Amino acid sequence: MELLGNLGDGFLIALTWENLFLALMGCFLGTIMGALPGLGPSNGVAILIPLAFTLGLGATPSLILLTSVYYGAMYGGRISSILLNIPGDEPAMMTCLDGYPMAQAGRAGEALALSGIASFVGAFFATWGLVLLAPQLVKVALLFGPAEYFALFTLAFATLGGIAATNQAKSAFAAALGLGLAMIGVDTQTGVPRLTFGEVHLYDGIDFLIAIVGLFALSEVFVFLEHRGTDRDISTKPPTAVGRIVPSWSLIRSCIPTMGRTTVLGFIAGVLPGAGASLGSFISYSMEKRLVDKDKTFGTGDPRGVAAPEAGNNAAAGGALVPMLALGVPGSGTTAVLLAVLLALNITPGPLLFTQNPDVVWGLIAALFIGNVMLLAMNIPMVGLFTRVLLVPPRILMPVVAMISFVGIYGISGSPFELLMMVGFGLLGWVLRKLDVPLVPVILGTLLGNEMEVNFRRAVEISNGDYSVLVGSPLAIGLWTVAIVGFVLPIVVGGRIKRRMHMARDEESAISD
Amino acid sequence: MSDRIFGGIGLVLAIIYAWAAAGIQESFLTDEVGPKVFPWIIAVILGLSSVWFLLKPDPDPEWPSWGRIAEIGLAALVLAIYAEALPVFGFLLPTALASAYLTWRLGSRPLESVVIGVLTALGIYLIFRSLLGLSLPREGVELAIDAFFSTIGDLFGNEPAPATAPQGD
Repeated sequence: MELLGNLGDGFLIALTWENLFLALMGCFLGTIMGALPGLGPSNGVAILIPLAFTLGLGATPSLILLTSVYYGAMYGGRISSILLNIPGDEPAMMTCLDGYPMAQAGRAGEALALSGIASFVGAFFATWGLVLLAPQLVKVALLFGPAEYFALFTLAFATLGGIAATNQAKSAFAAALGLGLAMIGVDTQTGVPRLTFGEVHLYDGIDFLIAIVGLFALSEVFVFLEHRGTDRDISTKPPTAVGRIVPSWSLIRSCIPTMGRTTVLGFIAGVLPGAGASLGSFISYSMEKRLVDKDKTFGTGDPRGVAAPEAGNNAAAGGALVPMLALGVPGSGTTAVLLAVLLALNITPGPLLFTQNPDVVWGLIAALFIGNVMLLAMNIPMVGLFTRVLLVPPRILMPVVAMISFVGIYGISGSPFELLMMVGFGLLGWVLRKLDVPLVPVILGTLLGNEMEVNFRRAVEISNGDYSVLVGSPLAIGLWTVAIVGFVLPIVVGGRIKRRMHMARDEESAISD
Repeated sequence: MSDRIFGGIGLVLAIIYAWAAAGIQESFLTDEVGPKVFPWIIAVILGLSSVWFLLKPDPDPEWPSWGRIAEIGLAALVLAIYAEALPVFGFLLPTALASAYLTWRLGSRPLESVVIGVLTALGIYLIFRSLLGLSLPREGVELAIDAFFSTIGDLFGNEPAPATAPQGD
C-alpha cells in the first residue's frame, strides 16, 4: 500500500496547472517530432534539454516536459510509417509492414486509431510495470558497492549495441571515444587538469549537452544535405488520405489478445539491457506473426500486424525507464538522453533517487500516466492535424532544427566556442554514421565517464591498491559475466537477427532506438 | 578501405591520447589509482578496436560524390561563421542568413529562401525570447522588438511574464 501512497503523492505533484500544461506541450511536440521523418525520440529530446534548462524549469517540471516528449515521439513515429511507409523513427519500422498496406487499402484512419490504442495499452501497462518493478530493483541496487557499479557500467556499455549489433569493435570504439571525451577537464579527485592541451575553455570539461545536440540533431541536418535530390530524398512523397478514423469495436476486440501478449513481451525487452524499443517492436511482431497468422495475412494490411509492434515498442519505452531510474544506467539511446536531463539538473539517478528525491520519481511516474491519457485523447481526434505536419518539407524543417539547436546551446553557454564545438560534433556524427559506428555509446560515454572512473578508483582505493577487488564479490562476478556474454553473443548471432529486422525495410541509421 | 583509413586514424588517436595522458601532472596528493590509469585503459580500447578495423574492415559505405561532401563542408563552415557572428551582430540577421542558406541548399528557390530565412529567425526570436524569455544575443533590431513588447506589457499594467512562470516548485 506504500506504493499507492507514493503514487498518490506523485499525482499531487503532477496535477498542478503548470505541470499539466508542460505535459500537454510535451505530448504535442513529441508527437510532431516522432511523426516527422528525421526527428525521433533521441534528437527530439536532445534539442529540448538545453531549452528546458535555460527556461529555468525545476527538476520535476523539466522531467515531465521531456518524458512527455519521449512518450509522444513513441506515439508519433507510427504516423509516417502508416501514411508514407517511412518510419518516423526506428522503433516504428515494423509498423510499416502492415500499416502502409492498410493505408493503401483506404483504411489509414483505422490503422492510425488502432495503433494509437495499441500504443496506449502498451505504454499504460508498462508504466504500471515501472511502478511495480523499479522499487524492487532499487532494493537490489542498494547492495551495490563501487566495484559492482563499475561492473554495471561496463555491462551497460557491453550490451548497448544490443543483440542485433553487427560490429562490436565499432561499439567498443564508440564507447571509448565517449569515455575519452568525458576525461577532458579538471580531474575531480586530485584537481589536476587532464587532456586540456592548455585550453582554458576545456577546464570545465566538455558539456555533454553539446555533444548530444551536435551528434544527434546537427548531424541529421548534414544527412539531409547529403541525400537531397536522390532517391533517398523523402520530401516528394505525397501522404495518403486518412479516411474513416474511429475503428469498429469488433476490430479493436480482435486485437486485444495481441496487444496483451506484445505489451508483456515489449516491457521485458525494454527492461533488459541492450534491447530497447526497436527490438521490442521487432520480437512482438515476429511472435504474433508466428502465433496468429494462420491465413498469411500479415504484411498485407492485417490490423493485428499494426497493433503488435505499436504495443510492443511503447511497452519497451516504459520498460527502458526501469533500469534508467532505478540503477542510473540507461539501456537505450533515448533513455541515455533522458539520463542527460537528470544529470543536467544535478540529480543523480540510481537507488538513492528513490529515497532522496521521491517527489521527482513519483511526480514523473504520475506524469507518465497523465501523459498517456492525454496522448490517447490527442491522437484519435487530432490525428488529422498531425498528418498535416508531415506536409512540412524537410527543406524548411531542417534549418529550423539547426537554429533551435544553436539557440539552446547558446542559452546555456553564451559563447561561440561551445557552438563551434557543437558544429564539430555534428560533422563527427555524420562521419561516424557513414562508417556505421553507433552514436549512442559515444553519448553514454560522455555521460557516465566520470561516474564510472570515480567508482573504479574508489573501489581500488578502498582495497589499498588491490585491483582484484573489481571481481571480488559474487555480485560483481555475475555482472561481469553478463557483460562478457552480452558483448560476445551478438558476434555469434547478431548478423542474422539484424538481417531479419531489416529484411522488409532497408533503413540505414546509426541512432538506434 | 574506408574502415582501414578509419582504423589508422583511430590508432593515431589512441597513441596521442595515451601520450597526452602520460603528460598529466600528478598532484602530490593522489589516490591509489591516480589520474592517468583510466585514460590509459580508454586508449587501449581505442587502440585495440582500431587494430580490429585495420584487420577486418567492413565493406565500404556508399560515400556521396565530392560535390556533396563539399556541400556538407560548406554548410559546416556557414554554421561556424554563424556561431562567431551571433555575439557581434545580434540574433536576427545572422540567423536569417544562415537559415536562408541552409534552406536554399536543401532545395528552396532563391527568393523563397530569403523569405523562409527571415520568417525562421523572426519566429524563433518571438517564441524563445519574447514569449519564453530565453537569453539571446541582442543588437539594434532585437532591442527594438523587446522594447515594443515591454511597452505593450506596460499598457496592460504589468511586465510580459514568461508563459511558463515556475510556480510552487
